[in-house]
Amino acid sequence: MTDATSSDSPTADGPDTGAGPQAPRGLSRRGLFGLAGVGVAGLGLGVAGDRAALAVAASSAQSNASTVYPFYQEHQAGIVTPAQDRLHFAAFDVADGTTRADLVELLQDWSVAAAAMTAGRDVGDYGSVSGPYDAPPEDTGEALGLPPAGLTITFGFGPTLFQTAAGVDRFGLAARRPAELVDVPHFPGDMLEETRSGGDLCIQACADDPQVAVHAIRNLSRIAFGRAAIRWSQLGFGRTSSTSTSQATPRNLFGFKDGTANIKAEEPAAVTEHLWVGASDGPAWLAGGSYLVARRIRMTIETWDRTSLREQETVIGRNKGEGAPLSGGTEFTEPDFELAGRADQPLIDTAAHVRLAHPSQNDGIRMLRRGYNFVDGNDDLGRLDAGLFFISFQRTPASFTAVQLNLARHDALNEYIRHVGSALFAVPPGAAKGSYVGAPLFA
Amino acid sequence: MRARLLPLVAASAVGLLALTGCVANATGSDSAQAALTVDSSADACTVSAAEAPSGNLSFTVTNSGDQVTEFYLLAEDGLRIVGEVENIGPGLSRDLVVQLMPGRYVTTCKPGMIGAGIDQKAFTVTDSGTDVTVDADLDARIEVANANYAAYVRDQVAQLLTGTQAFADAYLAGDDDTARALYAPTRAHWERVETVAESFGDLDPQLDLREADLEEGQDWTGWHAIEKDLWPADAEAGFAAYTPEQRQNLATLLVADTTTLNEKVQDLDFTLSQQTNGAIGLLDEVATGKVTGEEEFWSHTDLWDFQANIDGAKVLYAGVRDILLEEDADLAADLDSEFAELQELLDAQRVGEDFTLYTDLTPAEIKAFADQVNALGEPLNQLTATLVL
Repeated sequence: MTDATSSDSPTADGPDTGAGPQAPRGLSRRGLFGLAGVGVAGLGLGVAGDRAALAVAASSAQSNASTVYPFYQEHQAGIVTPAQDRLHFAAFDVADGTTRADLVELLQDWSVAAAAMTAGRDVGDYGSVSGPYDAPPEDTGEALGLPPAGLTITFGFGPTLFQTAAGVDRFGLAARRPAELVDVPHFPGDMLEETRSGGDLCIQACADDPQVAVHAIRNLSRIAFGRAAIRWSQLGFGRTSSTSTSQATPRNLFGFKDGTANIKAEEPAAVTEHLWVGASDGPAWLAGGSYLVARRIRMTIETWDRTSLREQETVIGRNKGEGAPLSGGTEFTEPDFELAGRADQPLIDTAAHVRLAHPSQNDGIRMLRRGYNFVDGNDDLGRLDAGLFFISFQRTPASFTAVQLNLARHDALNEYIRHVGSALFAVPPGAAKGSYVGAPLFA
Repeated sequence: MRARLLPLVAASAVGLLALTGCVANATGSDSAQAALTVDSSADACTVSAAEAPSGNLSFTVTNSGDQVTEFYLLAEDGLRIVGEVENIGPGLSRDLVVQLMPGRYVTTCKPGMIGAGIDQKAFTVTDSGTDVTVDADLDARIEVANANYAAYVRDQVAQLLTGTQAFADAYLAGDDDTARALYAPTRAHWERVETVAESFGDLDPQLDLREADLEEGQDWTGWHAIEKDLWPADAEAGFAAYTPEQRQNLATLLVADTTTLNEKVQDLDFTLSQQTNGAIGLLDEVATGKVTGEEEFWSHTDLWDFQANIDGAKVLYAGVRDILLEEDADLAADLDSEFAELQELLDAQRVGEDFTLYTDLTPAEIKAFADQVNALGEPLNQLTATLVL
């Protein structure tokens, strides 16, 4: 379990590997073999029948629903894990009056609960329906009968956990704050809303079943009551990137494949170089961790839908049908930014998104993107409140800042998007069994 | 005349493959034959058939070579371009959708984009009985429409320059009341041709950047920087009025940049699809900036801009309306009525020569504007498809 690839593979024999003995909930042992990387991670339980990818996974239509990713491992799950279909993300603020000991206890409680839920078990000793009849159940119960659904729960620490904006060191952590853990700068065009930005703590819950992801956030926020409260949260209904070569690239709400050049779990060298904080990078407690950037990017899809296909493809730099770069080839062909067409103009426009986001235009910077489509009802003008909840993991926030600055300055896509939420979190390494996430920070 | 340049601005047809569904051959026959494929390899240009029935035809051109390629459908003389697709990268496909009358044509590909084209072959369009109406004067009329629009742009920018000078003079003289009164009416000239003005790289950010669009440390210049100084009521606590030196800098730059803009629009050309898409672009400016009150964040004069954007869209539409009447009278009627309804909403907010401030609009009034912009947007979307094909 030393490299990211192996440590994040689902267990082939169900929950026993990482989480100890238990009573599996709805976990069929049939068909559990070979779950990893057969291209089925994108199948929601209820809709499996009508997805084209089903053909690929003909051996077991149920397999992904039963996938279990162990909670206790070297790196937290939910990063190089093949991106699940659904997201529930929540940022928390620690409550006034919470002590350092309270905070540690919260992280311990969260870790235990997360280990149980990712293994497909209820929270607590008695779960949803086995407790005292005259007491409220420990687990909220809406996941009863549902499979583990590849649930991962990933925790992060925001800048304000270490020091508030007013400079208060609530938990004696200020000296242990990584120098890089400060809010990302204001980028051109940013229209950030306070109520969708920042946070002391975050939890990213991803699963192939939306109710399983929601169940996780719901129970973890319940556990936190009195110690931490949700500051903002976000549901994502469809993944927009692939983090494994076994996955097809999905489409964003512009109808395009984006993130084709993502870091993949199968690239151990890239994962080491671009993703995990190294032992000599900063505070020792963060070694083996990463930095998570979340951006709520609203898309003005009504306007986008009024643009010609020519404009759409020019803005993105890929064709819409296949996702191939406009310089030619297929989806996974490297873009050729030099190749010129008529009048010596490059086939991939100088302001095209794929050009400006590409590592070759950003000093080789790569990130692991793990974003989700969202549609949160509509705004006052009857426009869908839709967009991309961008999540990226990187070894240093400076990577994100450099690329985003390039995009914010030049990207033709800016006409159709606006960034309305932003947050940065340090994601500690995974916890050993018996310990809890973030333990080295408090050691 | 039979093989005249029908796809009008031929190059514009390239991006219209999405339209194939909307232009299905009315006779319904031979739809399979109406879709052809072209394989453009290093040394051949293979069309799936040498013959097709008249009406709407689509050519799906696949580049199987290793150079950027182009496909041309030429008139019988092998010279005049009837339709073309350009910039097809190796391995990619792109569609050409054209409406063809019976007659003889020539097909050819141009791998590497040089030379006269390889593998020239005769291509025959037989008479399907489909009525392909062609107005012999169409080219001329489109040219007139394009020239008229170019003249309109020049006129608006000239007025913008005159107005900007007067505005800058008042601002520099410390006559803030006059400057405030001139602000919105002068900017209207910019907003009327905004999609054109925006097309000049650095000029747009220098002249029209909003505060939220700045990056840290970037200098803020242009109309909105001055706007904040003239309407400081909504500014953040501690906002200090600009010094005379700052005013001098901003006003001088504003006039200088507008002068540059005026020079740049002197020899502009427009294609038909640039005109029709320009109308959509202006509408989108309304939808993203004005309906939301984000454009005039300090003066709240968004409705002036709104009206000016619509003015510009109307001019673009009026320029092609005669042609549209012949192609699709229903669509023209639809657009006429949606433009009129939007104008009614705007007129209801007129106060003398002015408009209601954005901040004084009710949520219901704002919603009505947004809905009507969308109502106009959908038929406008069809304009390009109808005219350019």
